[in-house]
Amino acid sequence: MKKIIDVKDLYTQFGANVVHAGLNFHINEGEIYGILGPSGCGKSTVLREMVMLQAVSGGSIEIFGRDVANISYDDAQELRKNWGVLFQGGALFSSLTLYENIALPLQEYTKLDKNLISEIVAYKIDIVGLKPKDAYLYPSQISGGMKKKAALARALSLDPKLLFLDEPTSGLDPISAREFDKLILKLRDLLGLTVVMVSHDLKSIYDTLDRAAIIDNKVIVAQGKLDDIISMDNQFIQTFFKADI
Amino acid sequence: MLSKKNLSFTSSFANNRLDFSLAGEINLYTLVSFEKELESKLRNGSELFLNLDDITSIDTAGAIYINKLEQTFTEKQLAFSLTCKNEQVISTLKTIHVLHLDLEEFVYKQPSFIEKLGEDAVLRMKKFVEFLSFFGQISYGFFYLFKHLRSLRYKEIFFEINENAIKAFGIVALTSFLVGVVMAYQSSVQLKIYGANIFIVDMLGISIFRELAPLLTAIVIAGRSGSSFTAQIGAMKITEELDAMRTMGFDPIVFLVIPRIIALMLMMPLLIFVSDVTGLLGGMLVANLDLGISTSLFLDRLNEVVAAKHFFVGIAKGPFFAFLIASIGIFRGMLVKDDTQSIGINTTKSVVESIFAVIVCDAVFSIIFTNLGI
Repeated sequence: MKKIIDVKDLYTQFGANVVHAGLNFHINEGEIYGILGPSGCGKSTVLREMVMLQAVSGGSIEIFGRDVANISYDDAQELRKNWGVLFQGGALFSSLTLYENIALPLQEYTKLDKNLISEIVAYKIDIVGLKPKDAYLYPSQISGGMKKKAALARALSLDPKLLFLDEPTSGLDPISAREFDKLILKLRDLLGLTVVMVSHDLKSIYDTLDRAAIIDNKVIVAQGKLDDIISMDNQFIQTFFKADI
Repeated sequence: MLSKKNLSFTSSFANNRLDFSLAGEINLYTLVSFEKELESKLRNGSELFLNLDDITSIDTAGAIYINKLEQTFTEKQLAFSLTCKNEQVISTLKTIHVLHLDLEEFVYKQPSFIEKLGEDAVLRMKKFVEFLSFFGQISYGFFYLFKHLRSLRYKEIFFEINENAIKAFGIVALTSFLVGVVMAYQSSVQLKIYGANIFIVDMLGISIFRELAPLLTAIVIAGRSGSSFTAQIGAMKITEELDAMRTMGFDPIVFLVIPRIIALMLMMPLLIFVSDVTGLLGGMLVANLDLGISTSLFLDRLNEVVAAKHFFVGIAKGPFFAFLIASIGIFRGMLVKDDTQSIGINTTKSVVESIFAVIVCDAVFSIIFTNLGI
């Protein structure tokens, strides 16, 4: 199996506060990988470091074989076209319709003509389960679940091989959340995606993740298949996974 | 692993059939060259045979294009066939193929002119009705607070007085001073021609007291406080702070709106007074330097010819202007919707509308006072 992301000795520090003291893990092609842990353990920070929104203090993160901590501007731009990021609140551009939001990367980065772009957008809207008539609504006119779907469609607009999800099911009702899980699984199979996700949603974790890493107290306390993790002796793991659901 | 941009073609034409072979990757970036190459090779009415055996990967955009090609060929009743060995490419092609999107549904219907006009009219009408209802809420709030004086937010009122009036004294004084200087300077040229130097006092006194000082102050305050009210309340609306306040039983009208309105209404007369004084100071300076009217002569003359009513008319306009500025600023803030553009649009409108409202109000006052003989 090919490693898509390889994190080595990752060290993060904010002022005097050490967030990560040497994280090591890797993510294989085609898997859905979860980064879990208690609040404030720096899960989202790892994600932000991977997508180059946050500088690392030490160590390296290799994505598609390139170290994002030490990368040229052009390489970084190239890398950015090969992944999609879904933010917690969607972060759709509020002055653009859903259609324009999804078409924007295609218009900026490719030379495709209008008709083909509109077909691609139509396909992305369909694949995430939105209706055609939603395409011309503005983000302020749609519900939270629809925003997530639309944001996912935007993340997928350049056909990335890698998808980052920050709390994809937070703020969704259980039914929408389960639908979203299914959508992620479907898209992984359909488009051959590799998915990295930060989540708190236990059901979603059980249903979607292939492997996971648990960050607690600045280090990775467990990683691997979920079944192996659950049996480990760690206070966070015991309270998190053994909670009645 | 990163998507590459290599795609090469070979083609041959025989028996009205184009054999077109591709090697490399078909993706968003190489698709355009594929499209161009194919179009240049394809002759009208010829059949197409696509050889995708050497394609290593294809993305959904490429699959959509090939699917579209097939559709156009079937529509023209021309033979279309393709071959492919790569399992992954086949499965991507298939996922697109099973999909029959009705693109008709995606066509955006532009509303007609009449439709837009009607929509616009209804929207404006609704906004006006909303403003009336907001006005009603404020009035209700005032009556309520009149009965429950203890729940008036004194702390907020003093905070707003400091923010919106005391901190504005400097800029109001400076603008008025400069306008006084300019007014006196411009008119001194005309007055000198007639040797009517002393009338500068009458002119400046009446115009500054009655009109210039109140209007100037209102414009400065509309730009300063009106816009900040809109932005503050608009941001609170976006972050759902207003809703949170309502659910906790903190009526935003009592907590946010009325303190701001009271603060401005109390302080506007004072601001106008400052504007009166500094405006006249500016005029006095020019009169002294340019027209040779000494300060004591200026003040004596002012006392003699400008009745106190002119001063009081100007001051009396203050609370009305303040009410318009504060209520329009806050109302616009409440209209902010859940998107980032909305704050900018509403802040602009709040300033423009409040200045406009102040000028309309001033015109109405002027008619009323003239008819009353004040």
